[in-house]
This record gives sequence, C-alpha cells and structure tokens, in this order.
Amino acid sequence: MIVAERKPIEEIIGFVQNCKKILIVGCNECVTVCYAGGKKEVGILASALTMAFMKEGKELEIKEVTLERQCDPEYLEELRGFIDEYEAVISLACGAGVQFLAEKYLETPVFPGVNTLFMGVTEERGVWSERCQGCGQCILGQTAGICPISRCAKRLLNGPCGGSTKGKCEINPELDCAWQLIIERLKKLERLDDYETLIPIKDWSTERAGGPRKLVREDLQQ
Amino acid sequence: MRLSYPVSIRIIRLPCTGKVDVIHLMEAFQKGADGVYVAGCLEGECHYLTGNLRAKKRVEYTKKLLDEIGVGGERLEMYNIAASDGPRFAEVAREMHEKIKALGPSPIREALHKKKAA
Repeated sequence: MIVAERKPIEEIIGFVQNCKKILIVGCNECVTVCYAGGKKEVGILASALTMAFMKEGKELEIKEVTLERQCDPEYLEELRGFIDEYEAVISLACGAGVQFLAEKYLETPVFPGVNTLFMGVTEERGVWSERCQGCGQCILGQTAGICPISRCAKRLLNGPCGGSTKGKCEINPELDCAWQLIIERLKKLERLDDYETLIPIKDWSTERAGGPRKLVREDLQQ
Repeated sequence: MRLSYPVSIRIIRLPCTGKVDVIHLMEAFQKGADGVYVAGCLEGECHYLTGNLRAKKRVEYTKKLLDEIGVGGERLEMYNIAASDGPRFAEVAREMHEKIKALGPSPIREALHKKKAA
C-alpha cells in the first residue's frame, strides 16, 4: 500500500485560512488502511479545523466526502455535482490522488492533507515500513524475496557493503542489512548458489531516473 | 455510598473505554465541553483485555491534536478507576472539576456563546 501521514494541522489551516466553505475528501484505499486519510480521519480533521476556526472567531463550513479511490476517474466524477460550491478542497489521498483530483477540477484549488511517504507494508498495528521503490525491473526472484533496492540504503545489487555490522546497517543500528537478510534466507532455502550469480548492472531508466513513467496496455484501452 | 461529586460532570456510558474514538473526544470539545475525561478500568483488568490501553493511546493522540489547534490538551485526561471504587470515582470527578475550573472555559465554548449572543 501507499503509506502516508497526516500533515500538521497548522500547515493545513494555512492552506484554507481565508476560506469560508471547504470540502475535505478522503480516500477509501491505502490511506484508510494506514489511518491517514480515510472516512474517520476526514471527520477528525473537519472537527479540528472547525474548532481552530471557531477559536479565531471565524466560521468554516465543511463538507466531508470519502471516495472509494481518488486515483480513478470514475470515483472522482462523484464530486462533479457539488465541488464548485466550495472555495477549496483538502484531499487526504496520497500524492497521486491529490494530483488527479486537481487535474479533473481545474477551477477549484486542491490542497494535500497528508504527506505521502512510501510503498510499504503494515509490520504491526501502527508500524509501517518501506518494501518497494517501483524500480520497474523486479529482481526479487534472485534475492530471496527481499528487495535490496528499497531496503538497502545504498541499493547494492551484489552483496553487503563494509558498513554491515552484525546484520545491521551503518546508517541506523535498528535497520536490518538487506543483504544479510537475503543471504540468511537463501541459506534457509538452500539456494546460496544464487548469491554467487552476479546481478548485472541495473538499467535505472525504468526507475524515476528515466523521468515520469507511464504504462499503456493497448489490449485494455477503449 | 451516597457519595457526592460536582454537578458539572456529565456521564456518557460506554460498554468499554476501548469504544472511545478520537472523533468522540473531538466532538465533545466541538460541542463546548470545557474538559473531558475518560474513566476506564484499571490497567490489566479490562474485560476485553486491552480496551483501556487503547483508550489511553487515543487520549494521548487527541491531547496532541487539541494542543495543535490551541484548545489545550490538558483539558483531556484518562483515568483508571475500578468499577467498585466509588470513593475514587468521586475523587477523580472533583479533581477534574477543579482542574478545568482553574483553566477556565474552553475557547470553543466561548466562541459558541458569542455566536449564540450574536
């Protein structure tokens, strides 16, 4: 999932301080799962903003809406009928959702209510960590299902660096060395021979280095 | 026991403090409550095992949120009181009443009053 966290209320207030009528739009997908921008968080933000404005002697009318997704046009269409009535929109979706909403409704200013952090997993309730950087050429098949691109600070492809100590990374003593994890897992799988197969120089053009990416599937296009 | 406690306290009954969510606490303040406290069972004695511990964390989170919007996190507290401990219940009610009295009305309550007067 895409992991995000709520922006400080002060920053959000700054976006809409001169508004009288705003729309807060949540998203039912990733940001709901990581408790950053689902229906519940929309309600909490609306309450916090209402009180912050009341305290200043101002009134703020807020409509709360939570869409199934903000990264698909059909769900964004649900806002068509009433979005014009509002001076601004705060979107609690990830960066993709905020942008797509802004793209579809050019007349209304759209502001982000969360900081989008990474693609990751829920390790336990309240703990999320990164697992994928979307490099465009997955090598998990060779690395025992552990990604050295997203989990090694140096994104090394062939074994750990000299900074790996007792299985931990030199940038943070709490961070596992991805290559230590890979080697241990390969051992358990009795596939340690794979470790000796060199992974060739990676073509980073399919990663962000190659500029904004796009996928077209003609078989699905209408 | 016929114990008395301040009339300013309004009790909202819940099956377990684990049911308390951030939005419930926020809405209490939004409606003009000067202070709110959550009275849960003693830690380790939750019938649902961790309801009161969850409530404690949500109260902590909401306190920070109230600080952020200038209402003041000190207006919200979590207490653990055994269901059978009436005297402690009354004591906490008095304690919270005094604390909130010293803090004065919440800025939201004042704003609501001004709005009503206008």
